[in-house]
Formats: sequence, C-alpha cells, structure tokens
Amino acid sequence: MLEVQNLSMRFGGLLAVDQVSLDVQEHEIVAIIGPNGAGKTTVFNCMSGFYKPTGGKILFEGNEIQGKPDYKISRLGLVRTFQHVRLFNRMTVVENLLVAQHRHLNTNLISGILKTPNYREREQKSLDRAAYWLDRVGLTEMANRDAGNLAYGQQRRLEIARCMVTEPKLLMLDEPAAGLNPAETKDLNQLIISLKEDYNVSVVLIEHDMSLVMDISDRINVINQGRPLASGTPDEIRRNDDVIKAYLGEA
Amino acid sequence: MQDFLYFLQQLINGLTIGSTYALIAIGYTMVYGIIGMINFAHGEIYMIGAYTALIAITGLAALGIAWLPLVLIVALICAMIVSSSMGWAVERVAYRPVRGKHRLIPLISAIGMSIFLQNYVHLAQGSRNVGFPDLIEGGFRFGAADSFQTSISYMQITIFITTLVCMTVLSLFISRSRIGRACRAVSQDLGMANLLGIDTNRIISATFVIGAALAAVAGLLLGMYYGSIDPLFGFIAGLKAFTAAVLGGIGSIPGAMLGGLILGVAESMTSGYLSGEYKDVVSFGLLILILLFKPTGLLGKPEVEKI
Repeated sequence: MLEVQNLSMRFGGLLAVDQVSLDVQEHEIVAIIGPNGAGKTTVFNCMSGFYKPTGGKILFEGNEIQGKPDYKISRLGLVRTFQHVRLFNRMTVVENLLVAQHRHLNTNLISGILKTPNYREREQKSLDRAAYWLDRVGLTEMANRDAGNLAYGQQRRLEIARCMVTEPKLLMLDEPAAGLNPAETKDLNQLIISLKEDYNVSVVLIEHDMSLVMDISDRINVINQGRPLASGTPDEIRRNDDVIKAYLGEA
Repeated sequence: MQDFLYFLQQLINGLTIGSTYALIAIGYTMVYGIIGMINFAHGEIYMIGAYTALIAITGLAALGIAWLPLVLIVALICAMIVSSSMGWAVERVAYRPVRGKHRLIPLISAIGMSIFLQNYVHLAQGSRNVGFPDLIEGGFRFGAADSFQTSISYMQITIFITTLVCMTVLSLFISRSRIGRACRAVSQDLGMANLLGIDTNRIISATFVIGAALAAVAGLLLGMYYGSIDPLFGFIAGLKAFTAAVLGGIGSIPGAMLGGLILGVAESMTSGYLSGEYKDVVSFGLLILILLFKPTGLLGKPEVEKI
C-alpha cells in the first residue's frame, strides 16, 4: 500500500537520505532501523509530508504523495506520531480522543447549537469510540485527567489511541518505545501486534529497542548514513554481516 | 457610612466599565491564544459594532418602532452580524496571507487594518461624535436623601447581566462544544490539530468571529452608557481591553475576564479618590508593572520552551 522509490533528501550540502526504497504491504509491520543520525526520521518526515523530498517518489495506494502538505497526507489515512509526545496537555484524556475525530464528525455550527438528533448521534458515536480505545489502551480510569498529568508510558499509549480513532490505514510510529520501562515496552509490543491483527492497520516504525523490533516486525529495513544497507525478515537481518558491522563497528 | 456609599459607587462604576473591557479583551486573548498575534484592529471592530447598533436604532426609530426590547435585540443582532463579518474579513484579507511569517509582519498588518477602518468610518460617518440615544433610563438609589447616595442605573444592571450571559455562554461553548474543543486543541498545538484532521483555518476564522461578536455587544452597551460615539471610540477602549488581556494573562479567557474587572475598578477608584485625569495613567502604569514583574499575567501560564 505504501511504496517509497529512490527517496533522496538533501539539506544544502548534506545528503541526509540517499536513494532509499522501501515498501509496506497491507497487514504488515515494517521497521526502519539504523544507527543514530542514519536518516530514519528524515525518511519518516518525507513520508508524512513534513519535508518535501529532493528526489524520488512516494506512492500511497498508488497515488504520489511526495511534497503534499502533512495534513493532506494524514487525511488519506497515513498518520504518524513523533519522537516527542505531542498530546494536547491541557485537555483531558478523553477530549484528546474526541478532538481527533473532529473531521469525521463533519461539524456544522447550526446543528451543534440546535443539538439535532443527527448531531447527538454522531457525538455519541465519537464518545463510544473514544471509550473503546481508552479501554483498549488501559486508560479508562484516567479519562477525565489532563493529558499532561499522565505518566510517560500512559501518554505514549494515549498518543497511539488518538491516532487510532482517526481510523488510519497506515500508522507511522517514531520510536514508540523510547523512554518506556521493560513492562511498558511489552505492553506496547502486544498493542502494536493487535493493531495489525485486530484492526487491520499496517505499521511502519522507527525503533532502537532491538528486541521489540525483532519480535513484532514482519520485515526490517536498515539504513546507514542515509543509504539503504539491508532489508529482509528479522532472521535475515540478524545474520546480515553488513548490519552487524554497522552496528558494532568494523573490527 | 457615607464613605462606604462613596466607595460602593466607585466599585459599581468600575465593575460596569470593567465588564465591558472584559468583553473586548476576550477577542484579543482568543486570537492571541490561537495564532499568537495581537489583533490591533479589534478596537475598530468594536467601534464598528457601536456604529452599526446606532444606525439600527436610528433606522428602527424612523420606522416608528419603539418597543425597547425589540429595538435592543435588533440593534444587538445587527451589530454582531456586521462586526463578525468584519472580524472574519479582516483575518482573511490582512492576517491569513501573512500568517507564519515573521511575527512583526502580522502586527504591522493589524495596525494598518486599524488605521484603515478608523478612517473608513471617518469618511462614511463623519468625524464628529454622534449622540447615542439614552434608551434605558432611571435606576435605584441608596442612602439618606440629605447626604451622598449610591446610585445604580438600569443601564448598569443591563451591562452586568448582558456581560454575565455572554461570558457564561462563551465558557460553555469553549468547554463543551465541539468547535470549542477544537479551538482549545488548535491553541495548544496548531500543527498537531491540523494533522489530526481539524480544519484549522476554519477554527481561526471562528475565533475572530466570536471575538468580534463579543466586541459588538460591548460596542452597543458602551455606546448607550457613554451616550456618544466617534470614530476614535475604539482606539482607547481597544488599548484598555488589550491591557486587561495582558493583565489577566494573554491567551487565557478567564484571565481576560478578571483583568477587565480589575482594570475597570482600578480606573474608577482612581477617578473617585484621586482625579479623573489620572485614570489612564493608572491603567497603563498597571500594564507596565505587570509586564515588568509578571509578564505572563495573573492567570497566564508560563511558556515552557521544550528542547
């Protein structure tokens, strides 16, 4: 469903991403790994419309999306998280989930003021969906707290829930396990797998936690110094000499 | 007793003026909260509201309609519609094209808009001040007949009640409604709100429209209270309301309400106990003090730079 072809991104004299290609099929979890500064997040930023790539193509469900503004891409169903949690901190947990459904609700001021049955019905639906996802990520008891007051791991989960209520087709997670303790990482692991299995969402993730990556990925792409180094199943990557060298340094 | 009645009088006057400052200040604070700019044309939107109300009242009088509630409601609705359209148009014409540029650019654009609107009304309505009919007369008096009496006019009561209703409706709208929710989201993280599918341009327009509608309410109320308006009527009131917004913490709606009331009371106390000429000195002195010692205002939250 997503195909990145020979993507390049140049910042002045620096070629941060050089001819990277990757693809994501439906019902698949794909990881992008690589040492720090390899250009993983730059690839992400091009895919999500944050940067306009200087070369190459990005196809989402057959349509070229490179260079489109980020909000248009997210409306196509390609939704991302950031390395740093970006919740609406001064809104409650449940409001964070409701506001993300704004577009689906197709707001009309008049029907809102008059509280027409149609308005109530849609409002109820979005509340139901929010309640469902709160339960799914174990935050039901926190529903009316300000999102900024949650523990870090809870904020991470809320962020994923907030992506999910927008009903994405492809979810892009930038270091979802960063800053999580082992127990939280294990929960995250199961959550991501269930996104694929139960909700039929494809996932692309950048992650440094290798046990997580090896556990959940169907395929892995390795990038080193902006260039593609290897791609394959977790087993293939584990045995790849180039990858081992890049990670451990040449002996 | 007499001292107390005198004090009470100043307090009533201060709260009356203060509540209208608060109504105007909300426009400043909401726009700042969402796009981080000071809409210096907001005072003119308020002035246009007052003129529209006056035109509506004059028109109704010419038609022979004199039933007071009807006149007031029609004037209010006309003023709100015209001011809101103005607020919307100002954002479209003068701010949206320069949004995201260096922050001085929208500021200059706003000052330009303010000068343009002022002069436009000068041309269209004349620069002399025009009388506003005293529609709501009379009031209550307390105190012995032979000494100082505290008076509270029906006009003042009208101002209190109208402001209270507007503030309540606004608070409910912001906290409960779907658009209000989106407004809060946009004010916290515009980029993220956009990514999540909120039409941020529409939300920004909505804040301008809401702020302008409240300013129009204040325009009608203060026009009737003062009894006359002129094209510069919005300038000082705009500055005062801006001061109120900063005092309460710009970006915070309860802050704007509180700031307006404090400023109004401070002004009327100065007039009552010192001299009327010092009232602007005190209010702008307050602005300087707050900027020096608590730049985030009374209820504003400190901006935390994330690294």
